Amino acid sequence: MDAIRIIRSRTAILPVTNVDTDQIIPARFLTTTTREGLGRQLFSDWRYHADGSPKPDFLLNRPESAGCQILVAGRNFGCGSSREHAPWALLDYGFRAVISTEIADIFRNNSLKNGLLPVVVDEPTSAWLIEHPGAEITLDLERASLILPDGRAVTFPIESFARHCLLNGVDELGFLLSQHERIAAYERGAT
Amino acid sequence: MSARTPKTLFEKVWEQHLVVPETADTPAVLYIDLHLTHEVTTPQAFALLRERGAGVRRPERTLATMDHSTPTLTEQVFGGAPITNASAAEQIRIFERNCREFGIELFGLRSAERGIVHIIGPELGLTQPGMTIVCGDSHTSTHGAFGALAFGIGTTEVGHVLATQCLLQRKPATLAINVSRQLRPGVTAKDLILAIIGRIGVSGGTGHAIEYRGPAIRALSMEERMTVCNMSIEAGARAGLIAPDETTFAYLADRPRAPRAADWERALERWRQLPTDDNACFDRSIDVDADLIEPMITYGTNPGMVIPISGRIPEKRNDPVFDQALRYMGFVAGDAIVDKKVNIVFVGSCTNARLSDLRLAARVIDGHKVADGVLMLVVPGSQRVKRAAEAEGLDAVFRAAGAEWRESGCSMCIGMNGDTVPSGAYSVSTSNRNFEGRQGVGARTLLASPATAAAAAIRGRVTDPREFLHD
Repeated sequence: MDAIRIIRSRTAILPVTNVDTDQIIPARFLTTTTREGLGRQLFSDWRYHADGSPKPDFLLNRPESAGCQILVAGRNFGCGSSREHAPWALLDYGFRAVISTEIADIFRNNSLKNGLLPVVVDEPTSAWLIEHPGAEITLDLERASLILPDGRAVTFPIESFARHCLLNGVDELGFLLSQHERIAAYERGAT
Repeated sequence: MSARTPKTLFEKVWEQHLVVPETADTPAVLYIDLHLTHEVTTPQAFALLRERGAGVRRPERTLATMDHSTPTLTEQVFGGAPITNASAAEQIRIFERNCREFGIELFGLRSAERGIVHIIGPELGLTQPGMTIVCGDSHTSTHGAFGALAFGIGTTEVGHVLATQCLLQRKPATLAINVSRQLRPGVTAKDLILAIIGRIGVSGGTGHAIEYRGPAIRALSMEERMTVCNMSIEAGARAGLIAPDETTFAYLADRPRAPRAADWERALERWRQLPTDDNACFDRSIDVDADLIEPMITYGTNPGMVIPISGRIPEKRNDPVFDQALRYMGFVAGDAIVDKKVNIVFVGSCTNARLSDLRLAARVIDGHKVADGVLMLVVPGSQRVKRAAEAEGLDAVFRAAGAEWRESGCSMCIGMNGDTVPSGAYSVSTSNRNFEGRQGVGARTLLASPATAAAAAIRGRVTDPREFLHD
């Protein structure tokens, strides 16, 4: 996993509440056995007609979305299924962060483990972002801070250990494996 | 000082599984007693183990089955007919190889014990009070019905549990849902949980472990409790728990993998300590009156968009997302939901495919026919449920009515195995998600109880099931 410090990008705006992981990546694509290549199927049913041709009005098919690394969505993004294919698809497409006023628990966890930054902001910040599509903003992970184009900074909550892992490009498994002795002690006591 | 601080059920289970407590810098290391796995959310986790040269720490604490993408047609499961979806077939082959290689017990495609992962854990007696249980599936909350802390995880975390039998977790907040009085006749556990989700919304439980409490909950059977806990995730809560009681113990006694003899007695002693202490504090609390709940049905594209079956589709001004949901469903605000046309009826899924669910659907449809032009699919939750249903003739009731009787699996709840709802068709489904496209591209799903589903099959229209439930 690559270390994350600063993400600076224009925003792509999906002003939809309760975007569930079935929309992010429909279940019929979950028969894959790898993490790669899901970006083409991201938001598949909103993005393509039945014949596979793109729906021109959908966010990702509009020219201004090209190259955007930050997705701004309505409240409760990523609800529903636990499929990690959702952050895999967003990352494979090229997104590096998702901003919403609320992000579903399992999706947030899965995102943090893959280097997709889940950013929860207050209503006014979200409203400003949604009203200013394509705004160039900066996410500074070290300061846990979102910086708007006029320089205003808004802090966002992020779990401290996940932040440490993202800043250093390490995953959590190494830490868990290093707890071997304490796990063994627990097992001796518990069984 | 110190009379012992009163604790909630959740807090007791949490504290008993702390390998390392959480600090400001690091989450808790939480020990996992039981890990359930299936074919869809594991291949990349086993790949992670191989990349890291890690083994499976406690293979005997992981159980594998296949359910999500497996066929439900008997000739494909048992008759040697090929699985039509090549990538699903490949995923199943890889899963079999992974389980073999890492020494994990697998109930394979033709196993008599196979079934939906959240149905087989309880029916085998593997799911027990006070346990921590995880699975790469959000409906793992089902197992909370036994007073276990059970929650869905992603594939990376599946790898963590395989390698270390532990997860890094921050302690969630607690939410008590107190359900007073009793459900009325013809109103089911499914109606109760749909009413709760309608009340608190699809993110009302985010960040919380729910405990369902009160006289209406105590009166539920274990299978009904599982239906309630199953849909906790549809309110955004990863976990939903119900304190164990005599109903729980009676269900577990003599299950194949439940403790026996002296072990059983010791377990009972432990389990009796689990219920929330008097005066324990929850972070939030909500009161629900069971007596006021009617049969419920969804009209929109998330489980929170739900109304009583006698109700009308609501209107929301200046809400384009709501309007889009109604457009997707082909519904108009102000319309009654009763008498809406139905094309497909699905009785199945980890929410409502246990024996009592099939009995209820059979009781409604017995002596009737599935309406012309309606396809009714009945998919038992496990092969055990299927055999038990057949032993009491439920399959014959469904077949006589014109319904299809299948082998177990997730089937049309998720539509990964080819059991899908055609674009634009209306499905009354006993499953848990009415998201756009969940049951197939363009499918329009109305979530309801097995009784409401069976009533819809008879009429070919949304129907109050109480019309068919006379004692």
